[in-house]
Amino acid sequence: MSDTRSHPDGPRPDDDDGRQVWLTPPESMQHSLFIAAGVLATVIASYVGLVAIPNWQVNRLEPVMLDNGETYPAERSELAQKGKDVYIDLGCVYCHSQQVRQNDFGGDLSRGWGMRSSVPLDYTREETPVLGTMRTGPDLRNIGGRQPSRQWHYLHLYNPRITSPGSTMPPFRFLFDTVPIEGRTNVPVGRVDMPEEHSVPGHYVVATDRARALVEYLLSLDHDQTLPENANRGTDPEQVDR
Amino acid sequence: MGDSETDLERDAQSRKAIDASARLPVVFMMASGVFWLLFGTVLAFIASFKLHSPWFLADQAWLTFGRVRPAHLNTMIYGWASMTGIGVLLWLQARLSRVRVPLRKSLIAVGVVWNFAVLAGTVAILAGGSTSVEWLEFPPWVAAILGALFVVVMAASVLTFVRRNVEHVYVSQWYLFGAVFWFPFLYIAGNLVIHGTGASGVAEATANWWYAHNVLGIWFTPIGLAAAYYFIPKVIGRPIHSYYLSLLGFWTLALFYNWAGTHHLIGGPIPLWVQTVGIVASMMMFIPVITVAINHHMTMVGHFDKLEYSPTLRFIVFGAMSYTLVSVQGSLTALRVVNETTHFTHYTIAHAHLGMYAFVTMVLFGSMYYILPRLTGREWSSGPLIRAHFWTTGLGMVLYWVGLTIGGWIQGQMLKNPDIAFIEIVQTTLPYLWSRSFAAALMSVGHFIFAYLVGRMLYEWATDRGKDRLPPMLGGDQ
Repeated sequence: MSDTRSHPDGPRPDDDDGRQVWLTPPESMQHSLFIAAGVLATVIASYVGLVAIPNWQVNRLEPVMLDNGETYPAERSELAQKGKDVYIDLGCVYCHSQQVRQNDFGGDLSRGWGMRSSVPLDYTREETPVLGTMRTGPDLRNIGGRQPSRQWHYLHLYNPRITSPGSTMPPFRFLFDTVPIEGRTNVPVGRVDMPEEHSVPGHYVVATDRARALVEYLLSLDHDQTLPENANRGTDPEQVDR
Repeated sequence: MGDSETDLERDAQSRKAIDASARLPVVFMMASGVFWLLFGTVLAFIASFKLHSPWFLADQAWLTFGRVRPAHLNTMIYGWASMTGIGVLLWLQARLSRVRVPLRKSLIAVGVVWNFAVLAGTVAILAGGSTSVEWLEFPPWVAAILGALFVVVMAASVLTFVRRNVEHVYVSQWYLFGAVFWFPFLYIAGNLVIHGTGASGVAEATANWWYAHNVLGIWFTPIGLAAAYYFIPKVIGRPIHSYYLSLLGFWTLALFYNWAGTHHLIGGPIPLWVQTVGIVASMMMFIPVITVAINHHMTMVGHFDKLEYSPTLRFIVFGAMSYTLVSVQGSLTALRVVNETTHFTHYTIAHAHLGMYAFVTMVLFGSMYYILPRLTGREWSSGPLIRAHFWTTGLGMVLYWVGLTIGGWIQGQMLKNPDIAFIEIVQTTLPYLWSRSFAAALMSVGHFIFAYLVGRMLYEWATDRGKDRLPPMLGGDQ
């Protein structure tokens, strides 16, 4: 590094710092305590506003009694709960949302993704809701009601293009085993009814425990129930029904 | 300030001492950052390719799209951008405060452990330990380690600032000082609320987007703006246009950016007022953004010719302009009428990359072009390669953004129309997803070129070679 050469990034090594301020700044901005208090106040305020208060508002929601006498939202079975863990560890949320948008806002209802839009009450039993922010694939909030066939889900997971030609969903063949038919006396649990042209010759295709749990979870996704008039939905009814 | 020979000599000596103190921790952070940049680039390319060719690498669970994508995001955020950003932050704060970097040994230890934590978190995501909470996919135990490390960085930076040896506090110093308070609070509070029992139901989603939006807003943005405020005047040799505009820009950013995150949940199952707050704050962001844009532009006026020569200025000005663009786009996207179309589409992915790449990453590149030669005493080895780095990443980013923005908008319009079958929408987006993979390939080439330049510089430094090289000139008569 020579002292005399002019440098494309400006002067060096004589590039002096601390001389860029040619105006006298306000006194307050010279004090670290003032700035520290200011910046901490801003972030704490937003924490209270966007985290603490919504949390307080939503955590008060209680499951409600439906007209048919069932409690809603229902508790998920243990297997479905395991399936949710599979849903989470495979990252389904990066292509599928789980929220039906408000009436007149997007085409969710007319697309048949739900009879009504989702409200905070629908999630009140969920420790980790997977609302999602992307719809590379369709919304799954009510997929269990829309697609109640277990076999359909197995086939779709094994190779999405069997059930949905043109789909870009990745195949999840690693969630299935192939078991030789020869020498077996009984049909294994979780056997997939493969169409002729996709079958593995001489083998059963069998859903693993993880696949069975995942499908159990998908079938449990049915949040279309009509809520009682007076239920605390966690939001202004006009927001939903406008 | 006196400008006599002895003053200048003394200042030069003081800078030399500061750079010597910054050398090991800052170079280590930046070299680690470049490693994660390459790692994240490979993951990015795999994820991008899978979106139009789902058969690609589909047979192993650990390479499925839903794991590769968050692995990409987390290596880029916590590996590349955070580590490099911390390097820039430490160096800038030391130079501007005119004191040596404190806690040097601890900072190197932080860098080492940090690398292991990011590696462990990434392996955990690929192995099935992801939390599927966007931007917080690392398992809680990894987050606990990173949280503790952030506190050490904060301590070092605050110590630097309170020991400062200058009369005036420069704009960049506020931003850096803000960042080191904001981020540890954000990261620790965000993790505690989401992974602890603090929130459940949809409150977890609002906490999630309070956090995720603020990672860009009050961690990377202040570092990026501090760098832009420092390097633009530095390279062109004139002071910043207006000190008072800077002040307004800083405090309005501090006030409003925090509150904007819930615009990611517009139309969703969260209380309406929470959505409205997010939209209002997004609108208010016009104030800091326009303020900063005017300030940077007025500083540059009459000096745009210098872009031809200075690698630092090229990347930083590209980044600063992208900051204006991404912020204006972000505010407009928060409007319900726009959001109805763009939400849940590739448009948002394009927008996120305009922020994290065109703004933050380009500013970090520019900063490294300035800082690394001063720390290693070696010049960059090739002007043409720097040019190639700039054009591949710059053009790649433009292509990425244009393709996905248009594709995402069309996707959103089609989603709103229930007469169009879903599968038709999927097929319509395919050409745009291919254009993204092509853009990703261009950007990847740029990253490997940059890694070569950095690697060569560090190699020459470590082996005591290449001291006599002249600085490369990018354009003009050279």
